[in-house]
Amino acid sequence: MSDADLFAQQEANRRRSAWLVGGFVLFFAWVGFGGDLGLYLWTADAPPEAYHHVVPFLGILTTAFAAGLCWYAWRTGPRRVLWSAGAAELVEAVTPEQRQLVNVVEEMAIAGGMPRPKIWLVPDQDLNAFATGHRAADAHIAVTQGLVDRLSRDELQGVVAHELAHIRNEDVRLMTLLAGMLGAMALVSDGLGRYLRMGGRVGGGGGSRGGGKGKGNPLAVVILVAWVFTLLLAPVVSRMLAMAVNRKREFLADATGAQLTRNPRALADALEKLDLAGSPTRSITRGSAHLCIVDPAERRLSDREGFIGDIFASHPPIRQRIARLRMMAFEAAEPAAPLPR
Amino acid sequence: MITTYNALISLKNRVANAWKQIDVQLKRRHDLIPNLVNTVKGAMEFERGTMEAVIAARAKAVGAQGVRATAQAEGELSQALGRLFALMENYPDLKATGNVAQLQEELTSTENRIGFARQLYNDTATEYNTKQMQFPTNLVAGLAKATPAELWEITDGGERAVPNVDLTMRSPGT
Repeated sequence: MSDADLFAQQEANRRRSAWLVGGFVLFFAWVGFGGDLGLYLWTADAPPEAYHHVVPFLGILTTAFAAGLCWYAWRTGPRRVLWSAGAAELVEAVTPEQRQLVNVVEEMAIAGGMPRPKIWLVPDQDLNAFATGHRAADAHIAVTQGLVDRLSRDELQGVVAHELAHIRNEDVRLMTLLAGMLGAMALVSDGLGRYLRMGGRVGGGGGSRGGGKGKGNPLAVVILVAWVFTLLLAPVVSRMLAMAVNRKREFLADATGAQLTRNPRALADALEKLDLAGSPTRSITRGSAHLCIVDPAERRLSDREGFIGDIFASHPPIRQRIARLRMMAFEAAEPAAPLPR
Repeated sequence: MITTYNALISLKNRVANAWKQIDVQLKRRHDLIPNLVNTVKGAMEFERGTMEAVIAARAKAVGAQGVRATAQAEGELSQALGRLFALMENYPDLKATGNVAQLQEELTSTENRIGFARQLYNDTATEYNTKQMQFPTNLVAGLAKATPAELWEITDGGERAVPNVDLTMRSPGT
């Protein structure tokens, strides 16, 4: 990849990160201030001695909460992702396999002209790998024990190249931020769901009591309905958007990785092995699934091409990725394209 | 005008830096070879000729100056090493000893590092050379004292070609 392409990728990722943070804070602000507005309109007609919701403290609270969360996700994201996977840093290689892993990572760092990332091992027999960090200078790459044990040297190189491509394109920053936010989002929508179910009964009782006055304000009803709708839909929509972005990044990382190793076939072989291994990677939680080279959950969703897979899968169909890499390998083998490396 | 000039200068420095990278890895290779030869010497008594060829090629590579001469000497060293590795396959006992397996992994890795460092150098140098000739950079090329960088030509066959990269979201076949 030439410089201009690389900078364009990094720039696009920085822009996406900014959008992500902005959208996240804005969503929480809407949750808070929307709730405030609803409450204000609801209590506006109440008798003077009753409670009037004037100070929008809900909005201030949620906005501050969201901003704090962003800051937290940014600061501790990489550490938390590694911690939640139970990864241990490989400081000194002991076994020949570990030595080989360190060598392979160093080779690929040379190919990419970037500093060597820190290497972590996840004690899991399944085959998977991910990268995290803010920028190339403090990036981390983690692979499972199964991957180190079962891939050939060339295949390992392909996988490592894919992860280094994520680091080089600065995908890791965006994806790590996303991991922190998806985690928070899931937490909030779980909590809200529980609250709404519980509050439904309480609200019903309150509604019949104040119903005579509250009914008179259609604006309050409209805002409340819109508010509840966004609360219910936002997690799903944001997830869909995030996954759509992520699927594109995976294709790109495959391509960039192949450009680093000049050996797309090895990555295709590795993906095939990863696909056949098939069992879920238990160490990796749902919240950081999109960081991985293949979906750590049961691989059913990303296998399904078509509508559902297009919308919800965090990864493109693995067969499609393999097919593309094989195409690259085929084209490289053609005598038409022998460029000096 | 200033930005074009600066871009060219930074590219020039990256070419120099990429060349340094190759140098570091070549040095690593030169340091590892005597180690390997000493370890396998006893067991491979009958392959003296191959080992001497490796040592001679190494001595020549250490003394080489400039891109072309270095490329030539290192290419010969690669071939000599390849022959030695191939012969080592005939001595299963040798590979069973941990030390040799480890040394071989280190040398394989070093070969790869040299290959990748060269790849980076050639890519960067090509970009630099192209930039110099393109408008409007060619107007400031003289000012930046930019001259075309020499590429590291590949001497042995079997090198992998650049894959054709498709960045569109189309799936193949559609």
